[in-house]
Amino acid sequence: MDRRKIEEGVFKGLMIISMLVILSSLVLILAVVIIKGLPAMNLAMITQTPKGGYYLGKEGGILNAIVGSVYLAGGATLLSVLISLPVVLYLNVYAKKGAHLVTFTRFSLDVLWGVPSIVYGAFGFTIMLFFGLRASLLGGIIAVSLLVLPIMCRAMDEVIRMMPKELLEASYSLGATRLETALKVVIRQALPGILTAVLIAFGRGIGDAASVIFTAGFSDSIPYSLFRPAATLPLAIFFQLGTPFPEVQDRAYASAFILTVIILIISVVSRILTRRFTRHVVR
Amino acid sequence: MGFETHISVQDLNVFYRKEHALKNITIDIPDRKVIAIIGPSGCGKTTLLKSFNRLTDSIEGVKVSGKVLVDGENIFDPGAEVTHIRKKMGLLSQNPYPLPMSIYDNVAYGPRIHGLKDKKVLDRIVEHYLKVSSLWEEVKDRLHSPASRISVGQQQRLCLARGLAVEPDIILADEPTSALDPMSSQRIEASFLRLKEEYTIIIVTHILRQAKRLADYLVFLYCGELIEHGPAEEIFRNPKEKMTKEYIKGVIS
Repeated sequence: MDRRKIEEGVFKGLMIISMLVILSSLVLILAVVIIKGLPAMNLAMITQTPKGGYYLGKEGGILNAIVGSVYLAGGATLLSVLISLPVVLYLNVYAKKGAHLVTFTRFSLDVLWGVPSIVYGAFGFTIMLFFGLRASLLGGIIAVSLLVLPIMCRAMDEVIRMMPKELLEASYSLGATRLETALKVVIRQALPGILTAVLIAFGRGIGDAASVIFTAGFSDSIPYSLFRPAATLPLAIFFQLGTPFPEVQDRAYASAFILTVIILIISVVSRILTRRFTRHVVR
Repeated sequence: MGFETHISVQDLNVFYRKEHALKNITIDIPDRKVIAIIGPSGCGKTTLLKSFNRLTDSIEGVKVSGKVLVDGENIFDPGAEVTHIRKKMGLLSQNPYPLPMSIYDNVAYGPRIHGLKDKKVLDRIVEHYLKVSSLWEEVKDRLHSPASRISVGQQQRLCLARGLAVEPDIILADEPTSALDPMSSQRIEASFLRLKEEYTIIIVTHILRQAKRLADYLVFLYCGELIEHGPAEEIFRNPKEKMTKEYIKGVIS
């Protein structure tokens, strides 16, 4: 065997090992969540709010946290889409190519992406204090939006940037304005990428605990108003794991299982939607 | 001048950052003819074509000086209404880029953005221009399927129909057959020969034989400079400039 073949073999081996590490961690996490959580699962978990003494091992469920999390991540995702789309359309359709503003915006988004979520939580909390808001669903939505905005913007931006510029020229040459081109051509063509960006943002938002500790608070009842505190699944998991009772700790794993299933459902639904709405995309 | 002219270029200079892509181009483009812009690659053919409808706007770091008059209006005038100018010209690019919608919607896109809503009129327009670009027979049963599903050659004819549907006076074509198979290329060329009765067709090509087959009028560019222009037959038979002679003979390319 010559040196180059050995080299090839060694590096291929290393790559396979890395892949196995990743895959096995995923499988292990899922296995732990399922093995420890499934026995603690029951209908009450997903249909009831915590009754008195739930955290001591008595009856109830975490419907408050399920609903709270879905409201919170859903609201934050919606708010972020409303802000991200104009930003990326401006960057890619309106702004002059290579303008300093564009470079600077992309750089800022990259920096914001790296900011830890607890910082957004603290920042959101400071602002809430300033406006005299208490911990509430709205506060949580704003903090989580700040967290997922850079992720969503950059994910959409990358997709739209990859789009052939001739496609835009084709639209312009027919006398279309930039707005018409953005709405009728760019968004349609980038729809699969936009949906993926939304999905990533939702997943990140629903799973984050640090940004909502101060901003959304926690409550044993289902939030019925934007100005009421809302429970979230990550925090519910945290509180349950923090009790000294093994049966309550197992419920934490059941809650983690529920969180995983929610993310799974969202992924599958968005894949189906993507397939339905993207038959016209030019590849 | 012995002919009317839609497009008149005066002292046009285009810079990409430091590069001087077009140097002092002055030319009147004759009407209702096939005009071929020829020259070696990188000599500014495409840039010249793009400056006719100001698609140069979307190029990074571009600077333009001079005038391009379309029907007497300088399109580089800051007050010029660019969508109005572009509507006068249909564009065919090297590779066909169908819009991400159905075949029908591709052709109807232009008329719709210019305010046409009547379904019956749209139907008629779509059918008419698909017939003009000789695509109708192949797609009439699947007008509502995605435009990306038809072959590349069909897509290029769709792009032609799409461009014609906004009723331009001019067709700009940037090496429109370079991505196509010989059969499809031939159909595009045949369409051009039919269409030149009604339209001014400006085609960029690096294929000399294509220029010979199609062109009534030749524009020869070399390194951003306009070397020679005139009736195609004359130039092919008796080029005045040494550079043109060598290019036509194949000494330089």
